[in-house]
Amino acid sequence: MYQYNHSDQTLVNERVAQFRRQTESYLKGELTEDQFRALRLRNGLYIQTHAPMLRVAVPYGVLNSTQCRMIAHIARHYDKGYCHFTTRQNIQFNWPKLEQVPDILAELASVQMHAIQTSGNCMRNTTTDPLAGVAQDELEDPRPYCEIIRQWTTLHPEFDYLPRKFKIAVSGSQHDRAATQFHDIGVHLVRNEHHEIGFKILVGGGLGRTPIIGQVIRPFLEKQHLLSYLEAILRIYNLLGRRDNKYKARIKILVKETGLEKFTALVDQEWQCIKNTLLLDEARLNEISTHFTLPAYCHHDAAYDFSALGTQTPAFATWLKHNTVAHKVTGYRAVVLSLKAPNTPPGDLTDQQLDAIADLAEQYSFGEIRSTHRQNLVFADVKEADLFSLWEALQAQHLATPNIGTATDIICCPGLDFCSLANAGSIGITKEINDALDDMDYLHDLGDIKINISGCMNGCAHQSVGHIGILGVDKKGVEWYQLTLGGSSDNDAAIGERLGPAVAKEDVTQAIITILEVYASQRAEEESFLTMVNRVGIEPFRERVYATA
Amino acid sequence: MQLLKNNEIIENTWQYLAIDQVITNGDILISAQRWQQEKTSLTTHTGQLGIRLLASDQLADIVDALPHVAVIDLYITDFTDGRSFSQAWLLRHRYQFKGEIRASGDYLSDQVCYLARVGVNAFQPNNGCNVKKEINYLNDFSVHYQ
Repeated sequence: MYQYNHSDQTLVNERVAQFRRQTESYLKGELTEDQFRALRLRNGLYIQTHAPMLRVAVPYGVLNSTQCRMIAHIARHYDKGYCHFTTRQNIQFNWPKLEQVPDILAELASVQMHAIQTSGNCMRNTTTDPLAGVAQDELEDPRPYCEIIRQWTTLHPEFDYLPRKFKIAVSGSQHDRAATQFHDIGVHLVRNEHHEIGFKILVGGGLGRTPIIGQVIRPFLEKQHLLSYLEAILRIYNLLGRRDNKYKARIKILVKETGLEKFTALVDQEWQCIKNTLLLDEARLNEISTHFTLPAYCHHDAAYDFSALGTQTPAFATWLKHNTVAHKVTGYRAVVLSLKAPNTPPGDLTDQQLDAIADLAEQYSFGEIRSTHRQNLVFADVKEADLFSLWEALQAQHLATPNIGTATDIICCPGLDFCSLANAGSIGITKEINDALDDMDYLHDLGDIKINISGCMNGCAHQSVGHIGILGVDKKGVEWYQLTLGGSSDNDAAIGERLGPAVAKEDVTQAIITILEVYASQRAEEESFLTMVNRVGIEPFRERVYATA
Repeated sequence: MQLLKNNEIIENTWQYLAIDQVITNGDILISAQRWQQEKTSLTTHTGQLGIRLLASDQLADIVDALPHVAVIDLYITDFTDGRSFSQAWLLRHRYQFKGEIRASGDYLSDQVCYLARVGVNAFQPNNGCNVKKEINYLNDFSVHYQ
């Protein structure tokens, strides 16, 4: 993974010093609430329902064991012993004290971490495929480009006060595991007709109140022009994006109101003026790529034979099937650590689990951990021969629930329990659904179902692209839930269709059970939930849910 | 009123004249709108000329003024409106403006390090006592990526 050089470290240290001064100025009354808000948000600090919330950056979802132990240390000493992994592959602490945040940031800086631009109307953490570098369907490793973008976006002097937040995702695979079609800018590594690898650039995607699928603004961009092209898009957005209404300020609205053709022309016109600047030459690409060389894999002639282990220990076989993923190197698999154990808020980990994960990553996966946008973790490089012992160790940490990709692998925001924006207690609903779906065989029979639950319209849990989306809404102080079906953030990107009127809190879980029953009873052979919804539409589900509601 | 220019504190000799104020001799700042309306007479002004540019103004409207002016004053009414940052960058890099680019108004002292990097070389904070502080704030970062 990327290792800081002296300049990287200096920048992060100086940022800590700057924020320490800003915090002291605020506490002395020298900065107003509004002024400090803008500054603290750019350092990941929100003021939440109960306490400040600090969001720490995990650049493109990659952590090492040392950093993981630091997260454990911060959870233990500055928080209540746990942290939360977000859909942006970042980490949130829910209980830090404002005056201690500069100290927390200094501790993070000591292990090459920071909270820079994890909130605020600026360029946020760049995200990517958690299987980057190991996926079988990968054209090229996206992480060097993520790092190049990370550096370019960090403390960019011109684009730190944008109309609204701005998110970039990069995918290097045929199967988009980074939801790039729902980002302000999506970057896909592609091959053109001359067999050269470059980028397809999408613009104007996004979730939140107005979910929109991104559109292709440039089908093929030569690698060397990546940054100048991003700069052209950002400059047009910074100058022309709406600032009169924060709900219409994202680039997706600018693209929609301007029209893709005209927007593309504006970007191209700007780009022509700067396209010979910020060139990424071969030397620069090679220099960054050396940080992402393959680990020292052992050679295996053939895949490991699990047949005996699987017969002796069916639970292991189940986990192997659902929580591990094929690897491009023979004899290895990627392992998904489920952060969706029953009775645990999705994405939450304790300090003790974090320490254990750090140790296990060192023992089994070259000391590296990835976070995923579905709020799980990945050990990307595990020897197949080690999987059984790793499974046993993960079980002891409640990290081996074999539910990856199933209906209890739920994306969930912190909701009313922590967030000042929320209308609804998404964690409570998730627990109810988990309790109702405690039959693992039934879950596995239902197969690939993505349920996403957001506590408000801001859609932090991406409910509009859940196969089943659940959105908390407030009606005169009472929690109601809007259901959608058929959303997807994969290659077949789609925004879910509203099932009908919002349902009362006490009826949500039964509605989900009913939806799953309709699928189980009416599916064609081997048909996934999403495929069936696309085939039959929402009517059969609507009939049953509102008949029983 | 003091001004921080090229890392030195100097006295501000410039006066902003609103559109209904009579043009006087000396160093004056006028709005982009006034430039558009009175450019013929303004080019013969006795004294130095500068234009006060709001974030909502279009650079295209004042490009023809650049050969005639010594100062572009980016007058910031809301520090969260980042358009002024792009205006400064464009003035320096696209239009090769060599004169003074000043930030004034409601910007934050914590923003001067960014403003300096997009081409601003003079700062006139709302509260004059901040000028000294801003010399230090200009040095918040010794390294950068862009």
